[in-house]
Amino acid sequence: MKVAFVGATRGMGRALARALAERGDALFLLGRDAAELALSARDLEARGPRAPVGHAPLDLGRPAGFADALDAADRALGGLDALVVTGGAFGRQEELAADPARLAALLEVNFTGTAVLCQQAAARLATRGGGLICAFSSVAGDRARRGNYLYGASKAGLSVFLDGLDLAYRERGVRVLCVKPGFVRTAMTAGLPVPPFAGEPVAVAAAVVRAMDRGRHQVYAPGIWRWIMLVIRALPRAVLRRVQF
Amino acid sequence: MSEAGARARELPLEELTGWGRHPVGRARVDRSGTPALPPGGEPVIARGLGRAYGDAALPAAPGGLVIEHTRADRILGFDGDSGRLHCEAGLSLADILKVFLPRGWFPPVTPGTRFVTVGACVACDVHGKNHHRDGSFGQFVERLLLVTADGKRVACGPTLERELFLATVGGMGLTGLIVEVTLRLRRVESPWIVLETVGVEGLEAMLAGLKRSADDWPYTVGWIDCLARDHAVGRGILMRGRHATPMEAAGRRLPRGFPLTVPVDAPEWLLNPLFMRWFNYLYYRLHGGALKRRVVSYDRFFYPLDAVGQWNRLYGRRGFLQYQCVLPRAAGAAPLAAILERLGAAGAASFLAVIKDCGPASDAYLSFPMEGTTLALDMTYRGAASLALIHELNAVVIAHGGRVYLAKDAVTRAEDFARMMPRLAEWRAVRDRWDPGHRFRSAQSVRLLGDRA
Repeated sequence: MKVAFVGATRGMGRALARALAERGDALFLLGRDAAELALSARDLEARGPRAPVGHAPLDLGRPAGFADALDAADRALGGLDALVVTGGAFGRQEELAADPARLAALLEVNFTGTAVLCQQAAARLATRGGGLICAFSSVAGDRARRGNYLYGASKAGLSVFLDGLDLAYRERGVRVLCVKPGFVRTAMTAGLPVPPFAGEPVAVAAAVVRAMDRGRHQVYAPGIWRWIMLVIRALPRAVLRRVQF
Repeated sequence: MSEAGARARELPLEELTGWGRHPVGRARVDRSGTPALPPGGEPVIARGLGRAYGDAALPAAPGGLVIEHTRADRILGFDGDSGRLHCEAGLSLADILKVFLPRGWFPPVTPGTRFVTVGACVACDVHGKNHHRDGSFGQFVERLLLVTADGKRVACGPTLERELFLATVGGMGLTGLIVEVTLRLRRVESPWIVLETVGVEGLEAMLAGLKRSADDWPYTVGWIDCLARDHAVGRGILMRGRHATPMEAAGRRLPRGFPLTVPVDAPEWLLNPLFMRWFNYLYYRLHGGALKRRVVSYDRFFYPLDAVGQWNRLYGRRGFLQYQCVLPRAAGAAPLAAILERLGAAGAASFLAVIKDCGPASDAYLSFPMEGTTLALDMTYRGAASLALIHELNAVVIAHGGRVYLAKDAVTRAEDFARMMPRLAEWRAVRDRWDPGHRFRSAQSVRLLGDRA
């Protein structure tokens, strides 16, 4: 594959970009911090057979720049055929509730920006016969919880968008994969209490690569979260009102 | 307030231990993977994968800040001709093996686990089964990038800021945060090891066997049955290895590791003296006896314990102490025998004791290995009795001009440490120049160097 990648510098994105590089996929990195992008590009060049790994600026909070970023990736890769978006914003419920500007920015990045970018890329891929769009949503978007519904809402919107994008574009050759990580130990979640079934980025990356190869439209990682969320989605509202989670 | 400052402030308090699970500290751990000093001069200590056994990566005071660098693990450059690797300090040897062994490159020196970071390998100046021939890890390092106490990034190496370099190699993280490392990997012909094992009847025979093997074998090590007594003290198995040629390795495929893990703490009665006696006896029966030669995978040779995740839980909740000392060659076998006999008399069971001959010491001020013999063993933590035993062993080591390994130590007293380290004053002078306020300090440096808690 020839992959434009948003979020490869950290966490699950770093692990997934490495997994793709190691199996020989060509990568082009997009993101806000040029210095960080350059360091991750060097890491991926050393790990995989496809060098050089280029990079260009992209801010998920600024859709006006998306076309330029995709153009840069297209040029460097000689026509991209996949977009991966692992980047996004995170905030604890109490911080987001107390800071309207931060909440607005998180909703903007996680939903609006990511949806607009994926929509634009899907249209681009459809005109050239297809490809893959893979974006990271979250189990938090599967059911509202009082403890993180603000972050969860941004991901719920993204999950519905990706589900629809897959329905709309699959017959035009564009596969869409919605990744729903459970709790994964990354810098983003460092300092939060670690629940049972916490995952590691490397394992998530392996699960995502498998799902890509099998043409899935959705994957929970670690896999057990599929069953956990099945139960949580089925919980009666009266139960959710009572429990503190 | 900067991002690093805000982050450090709100980190939750957690329990933290070394691999031996004793002692237990309380710390705030920055796991962001962007190693940076918080503003305001708060003391810090770096931490990698937590494989140091004792208190080397615990904060100086309860609730202190620990900077874990395992997420700073990017490769920044690799020269496929020379094997020169430039990386962030949190890169692990496991990752180096995964990426570079298929291309024919191996860490120049490796300790008994691959789950260590490159930064920690430098800070502890780790040694391996090839010390008699190749020396310690720091001797393969060409350049380090540190964040020093004033927050500046300072490069150092064997010729650049040499004193800072020599104080940092083996300096247990007390000169600055190591953020980048450039080292030379070793070219190998295959991931397979030609291994010879042979039973030896006693300590003298073991030392002679190690000496005899040193010239022809890049990797040597001995395993000692700690529970053998009297005339059999020091009996064990001599192992020597070298990288197999492609011809010798032909047709073999590396096993895909099935990661076993110890899911819970073992009950405290499990590792009782009788069980240990049997374990040691069976191991000796299995691998002892006449010379055997076979080809084994690199991980079975170098990292047998990595096959069992969280094996430190086998010692139960109370944890264990690891003791490793080195004695100069001139001391001969007698003090080693004295140490083994003292352990036997105390009933301080050990899974296995490892013995290894070391080559010349490096120039780094606090580097552990010296020309002579090193002995490593572990013992269940039994409170005051264990501490007293280790002080006793230390007295033997000091009397013969030896020293202990700080990556394992949790017990040694400051006055004993000072007597073990002939170059401690030189090291202190360099440290004081770069970090006059001792901003980089740990529970270990409080204990051994008298740093403020």
